[in-house]
Amino acid sequence: MLKLSTKSGAVRCIASTRATVTRRSVRVEIGRRLYSDGAAETPKQRVYGGLKDQDRIFQNLYDGYGKDLKSAMRMGDWYKTKEILLKGDTWIINEIKASGLRGRGGAGFPSGLKWSFMNPPGWEKNVGPRYLVVNADEGEPGTCKDREIIRKDPHKLVEGCLVAGRAMNATAGYIYIRGEFYNEAVTLQTAINEAYKAGLLGKDACGSGYDFDLYIHRGMGAYICGEETSLIESIEGKAGKPRLKPPFPAGVGLFGRPTTVTNVETVAVAPTICRRGGSWFAQFGRERNQGTKLFCISGHVNEPCTVEEEMSIPLKELLEKHCGGVRGGWDNLLGVIPGGASVPVLPKSICDDVLMDFDALRDVQSGLGTAAVIVMDKSTDIVRAIQRFSAFYKHESCGQCTPCREGTGWLSKMMDRFLQGQGTEREIDMLWELTKEIEGHTICALGDAAAWPIQGLIRHFKPEIIKKFQKFEEEVGSVTVGGWTPKSTLGDGAVHGVGAPGAH
Amino acid sequence: MSSYFVRRLACNSRRTDIASALCTSSRRVPRRFSHALAVHRNTPDNNPSIPFEFTPENLERAQAIIAKYPPQYKKGAVMPLLDIGQRQHGFTSISVMNYVANMLGMPPMRVYEVASFYTMYNRTPMGKYHLQVCTTTPCQLCNSDAIMGAIESYLGIKPGETTPDSLFTLSEVECLGACVNAPMIAINDDFYEDLTADGIVNVLKQIQQGSVPKPGPESGRDTCEPYSGKKVLLSPEPYSGPDITRPDL
Repeated sequence: MLKLSTKSGAVRCIASTRATVTRRSVRVEIGRRLYSDGAAETPKQRVYGGLKDQDRIFQNLYDGYGKDLKSAMRMGDWYKTKEILLKGDTWIINEIKASGLRGRGGAGFPSGLKWSFMNPPGWEKNVGPRYLVVNADEGEPGTCKDREIIRKDPHKLVEGCLVAGRAMNATAGYIYIRGEFYNEAVTLQTAINEAYKAGLLGKDACGSGYDFDLYIHRGMGAYICGEETSLIESIEGKAGKPRLKPPFPAGVGLFGRPTTVTNVETVAVAPTICRRGGSWFAQFGRERNQGTKLFCISGHVNEPCTVEEEMSIPLKELLEKHCGGVRGGWDNLLGVIPGGASVPVLPKSICDDVLMDFDALRDVQSGLGTAAVIVMDKSTDIVRAIQRFSAFYKHESCGQCTPCREGTGWLSKMMDRFLQGQGTEREIDMLWELTKEIEGHTICALGDAAAWPIQGLIRHFKPEIIKKFQKFEEEVGSVTVGGWTPKSTLGDGAVHGVGAPGAH
Repeated sequence: MSSYFVRRLACNSRRTDIASALCTSSRRVPRRFSHALAVHRNTPDNNPSIPFEFTPENLERAQAIIAKYPPQYKKGAVMPLLDIGQRQHGFTSISVMNYVANMLGMPPMRVYEVASFYTMYNRTPMGKYHLQVCTTTPCQLCNSDAIMGAIESYLGIKPGETTPDSLFTLSEVECLGACVNAPMIAINDDFYEDLTADGIVNVLKQIQQGSVPKPGPESGRDTCEPYSGKKVLLSPEPYSGPDITRPDL
């Protein structure tokens, strides 16, 4: 599941204030570095994109170099891991902070800061196990980056768990991998076994004196388990229903112990950042959006692919350079969903010059999410595309909070009708209001995620919906609120006549 | 724990033998949606009086899994144990759930909650091959309708149904996380990607003839690279290692 930042909760507000302070200090540091390099004189002319091969972290993305331990070592994995571990938790966290790495699961929370929540003053007094949980429950429609990491570069993830675990002083790690990725789980388990055998994991990992165990827990097909607290519930052997926060997992998490849940990509890049230095990672991308990122581009491009690129690369360049352009040329573009199902769609006018990073996409009322770019050309029925997402969220709602459980069903039913054109213009406003009632009123962000694609549709493609209404009216007759048509009749407790199908 | 997954993969092929023996006609199972029937109703092939226990091999696996969780929280193993049970029995019957509950010292209701929450636990008998067609938007954009249509017309079943010979069960599922290789379907644990309508029918034909085709992209590309071959990472040797590591480490 894509992680989204919501506005609820006083503690979260405090956390975000602290984040701002830290980000500012990072910015100052980076500013200095740029000055010393002499690059700060022309910061505005800087062009992003065009990452070179030697700066790609995931060298084995296309399976060119092998995935076993020996090949991984050839790619530089497990090189000087002992030295990194011996530098200690503060050093690792400071490197991650300096790198400007923001969580790759979707919310984009600064990773260094998040990891540091595990080590508040006096954490040593809380004796007992502490956990790192890696979120490999990659269920966000459009996203397939973690799968590539797990099946091609498993040792980057395993080493990342060790380094991140050391930074958090964790005693054990659980990798929660989605159930459908069975073969990927086999690959990962093989990599873990290799690491254990080579003395890289377990007691005295890498000879550093630090003990760390790593386990895999397979999910069983629930999108909601990508939310951090429901993921924890799931590992505990319960139905994956999110917990109220606070208490945050860093205080009370898995098995009641301090826990941090992070995305696969965030963890997997950590060892490389430590080896090459936070400032190396921070040179890519715009301020506060630094680094490299795996982009998965699907849909109507000539050559859909997953590629690692620099953050802040223009969307158009990303599509044209790596994916052979939009099917039928750039002018045939209808819209792009830039970050997985949960973020609002962007029309072509915005796609022309938008940059692919957290802040630029937030500024155009969308989001980077997991950088899963779903491209739609002019042949797409955009209402159907979003209606399918509504069906998805209806299916995946865990049923715990009323606004989401009932709301996703309503959204889905209304979208089913709108797909047929069986609605009125007034109902578009009602649908908008309904999304606003769901958004921010649920424990986790699934409610928000269900609301945002529809908001994006209404914001940019309202005429498309109205066109459908007009067509339906011409063919069938006038429609009143609720989708009633002149032919509708009631009988046997059901509506007969013209009705929207309940399924997709 | 050592090669647990690898061994389990090997035993996977006989996962539904029992189920095949029990089924003789086409029947409808609940669709894989959140509103699927959550209650259990006793049927001749799924009721608490049917005995179930792990094979010695699976028992060993189960013990290795339980060891991964803290001793006071061994109920964390309920999901993997139910999965082993499902693979052994063919589906997650009420007997499997009761056996797992007993093994972990959990109230059976807690196990039923888990089994009915997660969509990958099939609580009704399944065909030997579970065809899971992804129809979420990224696949839909790449014409998953044609894939679904081809399967429906070739096998003559709708999502949620099993063929009369109990070879295939068809399901419509949500995003399976291979969107770059859309449209795709999962057959049991293997992903078949970059499909065409003819391609999927070929796959089904081969399965009917007793051979399981190689999973992966039908288009011939390796994995997630562009169709015309990779555009980056072309060097014969990877860039990384001592020469680019910071000197002060």
